[in-house]
Amino acid sequence: MTQAPERTSDQDDLPPVPEGHVRLTIDDRIVDAPQGELLIRTCERLGIVVPRFCDHPLLDPAGACRQCLVEVEMGGRKMPKPQASCTMTVAQDMVVNTQMTSAVADKAQQGVMELLLINHPLDCPICDKGGECPLQNQAMSSGRAESRFVEEKRTFAKPLPISDEVLLDRERCVLCQRCTRFSRQIAGDQFIELLERGAHQQIGTEETAFGEGEDFQSYFSGNTIQICPVGALTSASYRFRSRPFDLVSTPGVSEHDASGASVRRDWRRGTVTRVLAGDDPEVNEEWIDDKTRFAFRYTQAADRLLRPMVRGDDGELTETSWTEALERAAQLLVAARDGQGPEDEDGHRKQGVGVLPGGRVTVEDGYAYAKFARLALRTNDVDARARVGSDEELDFLGTRVAGTGPDHVSFGALEEAPAVLCVALEPEEEAPIVFLRLRKAARTGTAVHHLSQWSTPAVVKTGGRLVRCAPGDEVAALGTLPDAVAAGLAQPGAVVLVGERAAEVPGLYAAVADLGARTGAKVAWIPRRAGERGALDAGALPTVLPGGAPVADAGARAALASSWGLPDAAGLPADAGRDLGEILRATADGELAGLVVGGVALDDLPDPDLARRALEAADVVVSLEQRRSEVTDRADVVLPVAPVINKAGSFRNWEGRDRHFTTTIDPSGGSAGRVGGTAATTLPDCRVLDTLAVEMDVDLFTQTPQATAAEFARVADALAGHRTRDAANALFAASRRSASPPAEEQHVETHAPALRLATWRQLLDGGALMAGEPELAGTARPPKFRVSTQTALRLGIAQDDPAELEGPRGSLILPVEIADLPDDVVWAPARVPHPDGRVVTLAGLGLAHGGPARLTGGSRASERSSS
Amino acid sequence: MGMFDGVAGFGVTFSTMFRKVVTEDYPRVKKVTAPRYHGRHQLNRHPDGLEKCVGCELCAWACPADAIYVEGGDNTDEERYSPGERYGAIYQINYLRCIGCGLCIEACPTRSLTMTNEYELADDDRQDLIYDKERLLAPLLPGMEQPPHPMRLGEDEQDYYVQGPEMARRPDVQDQVREEVPMVPPREPAPQDGVSGTAVEQSSVTSTGEKR
Repeated sequence: MTQAPERTSDQDDLPPVPEGHVRLTIDDRIVDAPQGELLIRTCERLGIVVPRFCDHPLLDPAGACRQCLVEVEMGGRKMPKPQASCTMTVAQDMVVNTQMTSAVADKAQQGVMELLLINHPLDCPICDKGGECPLQNQAMSSGRAESRFVEEKRTFAKPLPISDEVLLDRERCVLCQRCTRFSRQIAGDQFIELLERGAHQQIGTEETAFGEGEDFQSYFSGNTIQICPVGALTSASYRFRSRPFDLVSTPGVSEHDASGASVRRDWRRGTVTRVLAGDDPEVNEEWIDDKTRFAFRYTQAADRLLRPMVRGDDGELTETSWTEALERAAQLLVAARDGQGPEDEDGHRKQGVGVLPGGRVTVEDGYAYAKFARLALRTNDVDARARVGSDEELDFLGTRVAGTGPDHVSFGALEEAPAVLCVALEPEEEAPIVFLRLRKAARTGTAVHHLSQWSTPAVVKTGGRLVRCAPGDEVAALGTLPDAVAAGLAQPGAVVLVGERAAEVPGLYAAVADLGARTGAKVAWIPRRAGERGALDAGALPTVLPGGAPVADAGARAALASSWGLPDAAGLPADAGRDLGEILRATADGELAGLVVGGVALDDLPDPDLARRALEAADVVVSLEQRRSEVTDRADVVLPVAPVINKAGSFRNWEGRDRHFTTTIDPSGGSAGRVGGTAATTLPDCRVLDTLAVEMDVDLFTQTPQATAAEFARVADALAGHRTRDAANALFAASRRSASPPAEEQHVETHAPALRLATWRQLLDGGALMAGEPELAGTARPPKFRVSTQTALRLGIAQDDPAELEGPRGSLILPVEIADLPDDVVWAPARVPHPDGRVVTLAGLGLAHGGPARLTGGSRASERSSS
Repeated sequence: MGMFDGVAGFGVTFSTMFRKVVTEDYPRVKKVTAPRYHGRHQLNRHPDGLEKCVGCELCAWACPADAIYVEGGDNTDEERYSPGERYGAIYQINYLRCIGCGLCIEACPTRSLTMTNEYELADDDRQDLIYDKERLLAPLLPGMEQPPHPMRLGEDEQDYYVQGPEMARRPDVQDQVREEVPMVPPREPAPQDGVSGTAVEQSSVTSTGEKR
């Protein structure tokens, strides 16, 4: 190039190069770039689009596809060949000419494109990627108009399933290795790799290479489909369903876990056809887990409720109008609240209604439940935790979690933390986006410790730092942490992540809080469900008022009363509320007359049988549900509520970050909102509760999610001063009812010596939101028991043998895997989907984390598993 | 004013009496169209009766009048309507909208959609002019079997596509889309019972067919 003299004259007038930057020339433009920046990024900043396939900003550079060739000149001398701009970093006085100014670069790019297209099939009209395909686009922009290749193309058998969900089309592959690099670097699931050489080079798994072996086992496999720059990886559930230009894309938020991952929902003809990861660098970057990506068909399920139903005199539920259903529900609830029901033999009347919103509520819906309970039902008996909870947890949440925001602990803080300790949290299974961040952090030097029972895949993939302890001994283990861990946590910025399962171990929340105080590490709470954090701040808990203040604080009640426009705080219930277990027990015992139940699956509850008894015993059950469930089967009035795609709102993720979303498909929007040919008349929970309250002569002012959010923000501000950060503060303790009855002593009749049970839920275990997704279910980790070698020897069980886990209320048979658990401990998944559609939960068997369990192997179990 | 003036006024009338009439005796005598006339569509079948439509919706995309609605469905081993993975579960053409341009025919990747010469597309009910799959599917010829049924002509769909044209030329195999347009198009009046005639007659004519 002949611009050297010009450049020097230009440079004389230019400001000095900033610290840590270099000055170079790209396409005759002088630019300062931070040292170490890749040329392709610098070009991007200048608005110069260099075609590329393998380059991805979140993956390490590879230089695999050679599409981004540019001409580079260093020290006045041209490099002999064009260079890949996605692997070359900027340097001082470098002169770069892209295809815009260099005929050589342009010709090189065209040549690479021609080579890439030689074996690429002419599938575009039937390819899922057609219309959003980088190869298609760049073939148009920087390819030849006509092919010179007349020979026969190389062909492969296709599609080749590399897992139940991901299909591989090797003909279309341009070997950019984005998928293998993602799996290796981001997810840590090294199950796909580049195989063979030359023209036969291809992506494959052990299974595709050898005919048997492991397939692509990853909770994040869907991301490879999204980042594939051609249509080589397609998803079995979206394959041939739609073309990109047919779809309407609406940004949304994941409803599947507490991370609030940003997603993009693509829909057509009133149904969502696929979910893609949104781009939010602060939360999920560009990745989502497979559950978020592939579990969306539950809204199209045949058992979706679309019209209100009322149980008639014949005991059958019949569809009716909203007006009639709401009138009936209000009438029943008022009678139950005021104790107007029939007297039993002792002259005792049941009185009161408990509210169980479930853990998947949006912030707005959670607030509406909290307000409905306090104003319409005049009670604090509301608990959004559809799982094991404890009083200690309420204190912990009220004092340490309520009202905190991303400035306390955020995804970014995890990445920068010198050390992280996960307690009662299995990040990959319970918060996959957190797992991805922890892995990213671990790759850059963060020491990620896990207080757990065995080296789970998540432990291994985040650096393998396991603090092993027996289930139930977590408190003691936290007290005697290895010095290295304790020292790590004492560094500034260290974080302790505690999961909701801490409630299963008495004293664990206090021990975590104590650890935080002792080491100075910040403590963050990560629940499993999307709505739990929002429900906490919205006050859908028995001891917490909206805004996070304790119920026992009279000042807080007065502030809340004035925010809600009540004449005085006397209008608000001051008595401590019952938690989930107490509500169910009180209902089953005939104290409470009714229940208002949101999205609660009975199998998820700590004692499903108690819940069933409570629903049978209740005079009134009002169910707000999306699909038919065990609750709706026992309900007097069923009010169909909208799933997230049919409503606006926000989830508050574990960081305390509000994740707003708008309506994806408007259910009132004519044909667009039709579900299975029937116009959906579902409404958000907050709207239903508002109208129900009006029927009960109470105004909630929660007609729309927007109005609800505005009011909640106002109330939270008004009560902010009443939050307490003092764990020793007696107000939360005083908010509790007198000590709850001790848990029933569970005695296991043992022939074999009892083991201690460790358990948590797996990500893909056939939960309610995963209905209608056979491909997704096929990628689930097979449920297995895990025991140590010693224990297995003692019990006479070998690897992969079936064994039977017995609890007080039943047993479960699964194969056994040997893992590095402590001796005399058995790990089992907390929920196991059965092929026939039944679900077995350990809670349903009467088993709990840290409790005794009996495992028998050998012939008896194999007989029973085969029968 | 001459004496013939009164008659001369009828000059045009009389001269026309000896010309061939331009009016047609429709519907008693139905006009035979050009062989490639763009008439009602037809969804063709493979020789064993499986449908050729794969539900790709390219016809709907090509349609400038938005007259075609397609929803694809999944074939299963138990219930198979076409070779391969997908079939057209719902297929509708709205003849109130169709302008007969034939772009859908050109778009069809499997030669499933072709046009017949049937032009009697009028009705007294708008709803009836939305033709669904039942009315668009080609009739079953001898040797064909009403789907769903397993693939009879090969192991996978490639056997249908790769050997399909070969098979269509075999005299013993019935095919609705012959590759060649017949040299002498039928010119004799169609039978009285309707334009559609028999399926074999239709099958001999395709419109906007590709030339090989």
